[in-house]
Amino acid sequence: MYTIILFAPLIGALIAGFGHRMIGDKPAQYVTTGLLFLAMLLSWITFIWLPEGTQHIQIMRWIDSGSVQADWSIRLDRLTAIMLIVVTTISALVHLYSIGYMANDPQFEPESYRPRFFAYLSFFTFAMLMLVTADNLVQMFFGWEGVGLASYLLIGFYYKKPSANAAAIKAFVVNRIGDFGFMLGIAGLFLMTDSIRLDDIFAAAPALAETQLHFLWADWNAANVLAVLLFIGAMGKSAQLFLHTWLPDAMEGPTPVSALIHAATMVTAGVFLVCRMSPLFEYAPAALGMVVFIGAASAFVAATIGLVQTDIKRVIAYSTMSQLGYMFVAAGVGVYSVAMFHLLTHAFFKAMLFLGAGSVIHGMHHEQDMRKYGGLKDKFPVTFWIMLIGTLAITGVGIPLTTIGFAGFLSKDAIIESAWAGTNGGAAFWALVIAALFTSFYSWRLMFLTFWGKPRGDKHTHEHAHESPNVILVPLGVLALGAVFSGMVFYGSFFGSHDRVNAFFGIPDHHVEATEGATEADHSEEAAPAADEQAADTAAAHDHAATDMADAGAHDAGAGTAPEGAIFMHPDNHTLDDAHHAPIWVKLSPFVAMLIGLAFAYWFYIVNPAMPKRLASRQKYLHAFLLNAWYFDKAYDFLFVNPAKALGRFLWKFGDGKIIDGAINGLALGIIPWFTRAAGRLQSGYVFTYAFAMVLGIVAMITIMALIGGAN
Amino acid sequence: MIGLEHYLGLASALFVIGIFGLFLNRKNVIVLLMSIELMLLAVNINLVAFSAYLDDLTGQVFTLFVLTVAAAEAAIGLAILVSFFRTRGSIAVEDVNVMKG
Repeated sequence: MYTIILFAPLIGALIAGFGHRMIGDKPAQYVTTGLLFLAMLLSWITFIWLPEGTQHIQIMRWIDSGSVQADWSIRLDRLTAIMLIVVTTISALVHLYSIGYMANDPQFEPESYRPRFFAYLSFFTFAMLMLVTADNLVQMFFGWEGVGLASYLLIGFYYKKPSANAAAIKAFVVNRIGDFGFMLGIAGLFLMTDSIRLDDIFAAAPALAETQLHFLWADWNAANVLAVLLFIGAMGKSAQLFLHTWLPDAMEGPTPVSALIHAATMVTAGVFLVCRMSPLFEYAPAALGMVVFIGAASAFVAATIGLVQTDIKRVIAYSTMSQLGYMFVAAGVGVYSVAMFHLLTHAFFKAMLFLGAGSVIHGMHHEQDMRKYGGLKDKFPVTFWIMLIGTLAITGVGIPLTTIGFAGFLSKDAIIESAWAGTNGGAAFWALVIAALFTSFYSWRLMFLTFWGKPRGDKHTHEHAHESPNVILVPLGVLALGAVFSGMVFYGSFFGSHDRVNAFFGIPDHHVEATEGATEADHSEEAAPAADEQAADTAAAHDHAATDMADAGAHDAGAGTAPEGAIFMHPDNHTLDDAHHAPIWVKLSPFVAMLIGLAFAYWFYIVNPAMPKRLASRQKYLHAFLLNAWYFDKAYDFLFVNPAKALGRFLWKFGDGKIIDGAINGLALGIIPWFTRAAGRLQSGYVFTYAFAMVLGIVAMITIMALIGGAN
Repeated sequence: MIGLEHYLGLASALFVIGIFGLFLNRKNVIVLLMSIELMLLAVNINLVAFSAYLDDLTGQVFTLFVLTVAAAEAAIGLAILVSFFRTRGSIAVEDVNVMKG
């Protein structure tokens, strides 16, 4: 069954990609969509009836060379199951949506473009599933690169537009920087642990924390270096600060692609990686600090940029980057379950926002500038409600101090509480609260500009604006269910009491012992839960742990076993519990921030619509700074792109043109003809010349023989 | 007493005369043929001298072979010369440079 989940999208991609000439355009769409729905169904079955413990389902032996042993196998645990339902559900709905959205595209007529689109989408899904089911790092890297490729192909789907091609290349190149870090991380882990299997690496993590690694110019703590390298990979894929510039440009792709790849699934791969490698990250405090810093900074910076963007998709793109920052903060403070919680809820409401925006764009004849919208509430009744639900979800509307609310309310508040607990109310916490205020502002700004007010822009477009067909609206409705209920349904599992979270993620209970455990017993505690395979109840776990602790003294730290469970929280990691006991003002802070943001947005765009323009002209430099996304692109152009281009031009004009071509030309046009002319002059045609040459040769040979002694 | 070295001296003198005749000659192709004959004879003298010196008849047998081949070669050379003269109307060495590169 798991194999079917994995390969159904691949088969769909192959059929649609290579077979559409035989079966036609429409069947290709239906086949891929149908296979995705099958995968979705099986994923939900897997999620609900998840087998106990971590399953390894081998598909085939893959690499067996020297000490590298990697099977191609599925690692099935709670983390995988969460990602499976996220990926297949969003992907199936996006497939369905795309049947409507891609129905007619004048720029490709009469060329057949739909099967290509669906093949790419399905291929992306396959690669993403490879990533999330990976049992070793190389397999994960395969999926990692596969989604990068799919992303490249889909951003550049409108290949007739130069800007789309440029955006695709940019996404690929920026991701390459992150991937380089990821590759170094894999190589480093292989160097240190002599294995790329996740289990071996997890088992060696405590030992790594005590090992020094010589890297670049100094000795570092091995666990920190490796975790940071892996996180650099995650930064690239998840568009975190400094490697984020590709994500807004990636909006050149069709809107369903933005929803699937650049909001719901691929960009969350980085968060998934950090959660998956939690046994390593838990032993790398410095790396976790970096994760928190980058995450909080991304959340804040992206939110400020989102305030002033006018392209509807770019607003949502920056919003995505901001929300990814939230997830990283949650992972960085050690509450991986909450990071996964926000990943899950965010996938629903962000995919919905994107698809809703796509519905508006579709109905408005591909106009994306919000300044040209306005008053679309009546033209798009269903889309309006959908977008409203999405906005309520992302801004975090709910009843404070209860667990009743939209998805974003529960998961985002959980992150903010965890950030407060994890940083003792530090800067990261405040950055997230302010980002929540901004989130509320720009989300409502989007709503007010699009659906309220008077119609602006081209009159003709507004008159012909029409609600989208059902094939577009149905997926939106399903996602709306997720956006409303996913938070409430899963709150207890992801952010409930410690026991519930542990039970959900299959972590044996070791927290109680940890509080009383001495430092040197730490390793034995990881060994204890591992030995405890049944994890039947707490009492049994206690007994096992007690017996195991007795002979743990003989255990070598390096020869530990991998911790059980999908995620790992260090025994000293109390952030989850501390977050539950956060003061009331902390729990209320995101809600208050949301209300303030809403009030400002209402004032700016409903009560006093002239206000934003006045403010923008008064704060000209700040506005330009935000509108240009903190000048990151300009700075990178100046620092990296232009020097790289200059170097390229130098190598092209001088290195290639002068030296290489010059050498070839000099050889072909100068030296070779000179030799041929000289050799031609030797051929006088007179017999006596040849005879003379022969004699001279014989004389020379005999002389040499006489001098060096011939055959002796 | 005439020893081996005298024969060898004569033979090498003849050989060198043959060589010089080969490439100092700019006039007549027949002289070339004669020079080649001269070189072959020098070799024959060598063979006979060594044969007598080493008391081994093989050298003299070889000499007979060389003479035969030389006769055949001279006949072919002269035949080529005749046909060459018929086509080109000259047997001057300067004119024979069709192989010039």
